[in-house]
Amino acid sequence: MKKVDFLMAGVGGQGTILASNILAGVGLELGYEVKKAEVHGMAQRGGTVESHVRWGDTVSSPLVEEGKTDYLLGFEMLEAARWPTYLNKESVVIVNRYRIAPPAVNLGKADYPKEQQLDEMLKNSAGKVLWINGTELAAELGNPAMIGVVMLGALSSLLGGEEEAWLKVVEDLVPAKFLDLNKKAFAAGRDSIK
Amino acid sequence: MAKKLMTGNEAFAYGAYLSGVRVGAAYPGTPSTEIMDNFSRYPGVFAEWSPNEKVSLDVAIGASYAGARSMASMKHVGVNVAADSLFYAVYTGLKAGLVLVVADDPSMHSSQNEQDSRNYAKFAKLPMLEPADSEEAKQYVGLALEMSEQFDTPVMVRSVTRISHSSTPVEMEDRQPPPPPEEPPAYERDARKFVMVPANARHRHPVVEERLQQLAEYAETTPVNRIEEGSGELGIIAAGTSYQYAREVFPEASFLKLGMVYPLPEKLIRRFASGVKTLVVVEELDPFFEEQIRLMGIEVRGKDIFPIIGEFSPALVRSCAAKAGLIEGSQGQKEAAAAAAKASELPVRPPMLCPGCGHRSLFYNLRESGALVLGDIGCYTLGFAPPLSAMHFTGCMGAGIGVAHGIDVAKVKDRTCAILGDSTFFHSGIHPLIDILYNGGSTTTVITDNSVTAMTGMQQHPGTGITLQKQKTKAVDLEKLVRAIGFEKVDVADPYDIDKMAKILDDHLNSDEPSVIISRRPCVLYTREKNPPPRVDEEACADCGICLDLGCSPLMQEEGHVSIDPILCNGCNLCVKVCPSEAIIPQESW
Ligand SMILES: Cc1ncc(C[n+]2csc(CCOP(=O)(O)OP(=O)(O)O)c2C)c(N)n1
Repeated sequence: MKKVDFLMAGVGGQGTILASNILAGVGLELGYEVKKAEVHGMAQRGGTVESHVRWGDTVSSPLVEEGKTDYLLGFEMLEAARWPTYLNKESVVIVNRYRIAPPAVNLGKADYPKEQQLDEMLKNSAGKVLWINGTELAAELGNPAMIGVVMLGALSSLLGGEEEAWLKVVEDLVPAKFLDLNKKAFAAGRDSIK
Repeated sequence: MAKKLMTGNEAFAYGAYLSGVRVGAAYPGTPSTEIMDNFSRYPGVFAEWSPNEKVSLDVAIGASYAGARSMASMKHVGVNVAADSLFYAVYTGLKAGLVLVVADDPSMHSSQNEQDSRNYAKFAKLPMLEPADSEEAKQYVGLALEMSEQFDTPVMVRSVTRISHSSTPVEMEDRQPPPPPEEPPAYERDARKFVMVPANARHRHPVVEERLQQLAEYAETTPVNRIEEGSGELGIIAAGTSYQYAREVFPEASFLKLGMVYPLPEKLIRRFASGVKTLVVVEELDPFFEEQIRLMGIEVRGKDIFPIIGEFSPALVRSCAAKAGLIEGSQGQKEAAAAAAKASELPVRPPMLCPGCGHRSLFYNLRESGALVLGDIGCYTLGFAPPLSAMHFTGCMGAGIGVAHGIDVAKVKDRTCAILGDSTFFHSGIHPLIDILYNGGSTTTVITDNSVTAMTGMQQHPGTGITLQKQKTKAVDLEKLVRAIGFEKVDVADPYDIDKMAKILDDHLNSDEPSVIISRRPCVLYTREKNPPPRVDEEACADCGICLDLGCSPLMQEEGHVSIDPILCNGCNLCVKVCPSEAIIPQESW
């Protein structure tokens, strides 16, 4: 039975929900059964958030099972490292090299881990860890909020398959006036790990 | 038919629309909010945000008495507020179908408790359905309305966060909702049925009990309760999300999938139990099925294997099942435990007040005042968190004012005040405020008016002048309302003006007169107001930490000074005002 399980981790407000909608839509385009789970609401503002997206011949649970994630997209460095139990030695992780300090770090009461430390933690649990400067790329294009589309661009180059399906769903889900920019963001993400 | 990915909440709304629901009423509450939000956008329906859940259920009941199919939706704790109405409606019965959709929140992603609403079905004596994905969410709303009319009772449909906020495929249907009647029907004036004085209610209770018997019979044959044949070694009874997780963990087992979770089909359960060697109930939260099945005298396992606390996941079901010897354990658990331990040492990231939020300025002043602050539920609850640490009680919506009054009449050393949001005030703050005046209290109540229901995602409320369906309407004026109740000491101020607010607070907290402060500053996420971020003069910065004690995320400790992240900053300049060294300099332009 075929299945691909994705987990997206980030900070509330970073746009993981739009990204997970796009990823779910692509799964449908490719003919999979798709399920998706996340927690909505203002209550998550600024806090840790995660989205689950599952593609498969048949899918029961909308939640990815721990230890069975195929791809983890970390929208923020520290958040990427919070989910080791979901990974296995085959998992691929894409990390956006961007930090948002949690309150204890702002206050000087805790240290934000070094990139190398986070990389080691991830490599301990996953098969492959790829870093991209996603927020920077999105900001250069004019809007750091496009990070989700940059991440998906990067993911698409790993998954292979037709780019068309991706761009079609992006077209369906982002406002028309931002479509060109988002296409550029997608391409920038795709090229970032070629 | 085409399929579309829908969240459970979208599907509940779609199912209600397709089934001809004409009136919907709700009060927001995660994870239920988007049900009414989505329903309100369908053509030809009436939908409202009511001030609270009890009102919403009464509205839905009234519509049903008038012959219109109706829906109320709310989060689990909303049913506590609406419970009185739920109980009478079970006695009176209805005219047209009424469905109450309730969304539970196991693991409390956004709630103050994790009560299991299935208990309400048993308690109030009405049927309950529970879907396991969005397609079933759509279908079960329709089925609930049919059952409601067939059995003359409200029907509850239970959701949980992972149904409401998960997206799964839904069949888009060609059928149109049934048209409304051409002539308005006459209300059926039947006192024996609709006037619940004791004499009539005594006559209705046997009706309720008989109806439950009939519903239990119905449960035996309804297609939403189904046996899925498996090996017979292991038989699983489950509903909702637990069914989905168990399906993945026990691919070989036999299943009794319950779509109707109350009343239970005793004969069906007996038949299923007799065909399997080991019978296990997989259910989140309370042992609701398990206890009833035990009472049938059937041997069953459940809470000895799976926890009573928190939400399930495929991994949790698998590890519990492995521990109980129901399946083989998986390898690599030690390694995973070590990695998990390491990850748990990472600094946590709780939700926080947004940069620019007026609540932060207010809580800065409240902390400085040293007052004991009896709070409530909303974004402003985050004022409890360090470093502001300026709220000292939160229980349920509307509790803060009464608790403050109780503390005041019992007398404590502290100066006290109650605090609650504008939406919370309309929900359940008015009665306790009346209590203070009536009973000679002296409590100061602060209403944090950000002109929207922010916590649940920016819903309108009676103070905003806009309805759920985006119609202009009369806005209830908070100040006039509290003055009309009889409060004479009332001040309105902008929390951004911290000097003025400090004076007002001091004046009110030292006064024996009962009083109200309206702290008014629209939610910056709602208005999307953003001003240029101030700049830090690193030389002038004394590294004193006073600005960091505002707990504002763009402000960050660096070597010997602070910095401000311009992407995150909202430009409210509160840090400029509290800096004793004039090291944070406001900017006129970007
Ligand atoms: C009985 C009940 N219904 C709904 C909720 C969900 N809920 C929590 S706070 C809140 C309203 C908050 O709005 P407001 O008082 O205006 O404060 P704000 O978040 O805007 O600061 C709601 C709807 C709840 N906790 N309990």
